[in-house]
Amino acid sequence: MSGLKKSFYIKARDFNRAGEASISVQNFLKSMNFDPGLIRRIAICGYEGEMNAVMHGGDGALSIEIDSDKLVLEISDDGYGIEDIELAMQAGFSTANDEHREMGFGAGMGLPNMKKNSDQIMVASEKGQGTQVQMIFFLNQGGQID
Amino acid sequence: MKLSEIVAALDASVLVGEDQMDKEVNKCGASDLMSDILAGLSEGCILLTGLTTVQVIRTAMVAGVGAVVFVRGKKAPQEVIDLAKAQDLPLISSPYSMFVSCGRLHDCNLTGLTGQR
Ligand SMILES: Nc1ncnc2c1ncn2[C@@H]1O[C@H](COP(=O)(O)OP(=O)(O)O)[C@@H](O)[C@H]1O
Ligand SMILES: [Mg+2]
Repeated sequence: MSGLKKSFYIKARDFNRAGEASISVQNFLKSMNFDPGLIRRIAICGYEGEMNAVMHGGDGALSIEIDSDKLVLEISDDGYGIEDIELAMQAGFSTANDEHREMGFGAGMGLPNMKKNSDQIMVASEKGQGTQVQMIFFLNQGGQID
Repeated sequence: MKLSEIVAALDASVLVGEDQMDKEVNKCGASDLMSDILAGLSEGCILLTGLTTVQVIRTAMVAGVGAVVFVRGKKAPQEVIDLAKAQDLPLISSPYSMFVSCGRLHDCNLTGLTGQR
């Protein structure tokens, strides 16, 4: 298989639907018989990224692209952007507000968790320029079952 | 330990998943922080939480949580129950506080997410 791409729309501040894109990806990968552990890592990364776009970012998209040796997960939004990426990547750093905290988010663990669960992560953002988070998952060792 | 035994230990009511009470769970996570669940070894655990939002259900689905227990007898909104139903995720409501619910399950030999007691 190569170059299969799927993309899902993300709507800023829509907390009722936030996470639907990641769960669609999870269900799709299950239907493709991907390794359950790999699916869990991808779903967690997608969900943390999707919540970030919804909470901190703007409208955007979550996409996956599957090649023979890797799966690329990308979450992009056209929101305010991240001023200091290095700071944002630090465990515990968060600019979440009370509304986010009441929903159980805003521990500042999202980006660190995405880093931990992916094989490679690239965050591109500038103040006022939106945010793109790209994560790579290599499929060579035990990635796909069939 | 079977979900039915957990329901009994907590004097709880089953909101979703009556047909899944034979499901086995051996570890337990208790948190109102979704990132804690997403970052932890939460696969197949039961999750005790005081939050009753749709995001709890989505977090549970993404993390592979085996069942969710709402503490303090919280009533979940219908949309939360409907989402859990659609995903076959068992939902249980405990009348006890987080502390007492955890204590009761600890007495039943459930471990934390890392296997500690
Ligand atoms: N898509 C985004 N757009 C703007 N800011 C973001 C985005 N994603 C992350 N951030 C910034 O990085 C911080 C840390 O993110 P994260 O580690 O996921 O923690 P949390 O979401 O709990 O705050 C956020 O509080 C926010 O300031
Ligand atoms: Mg986050």
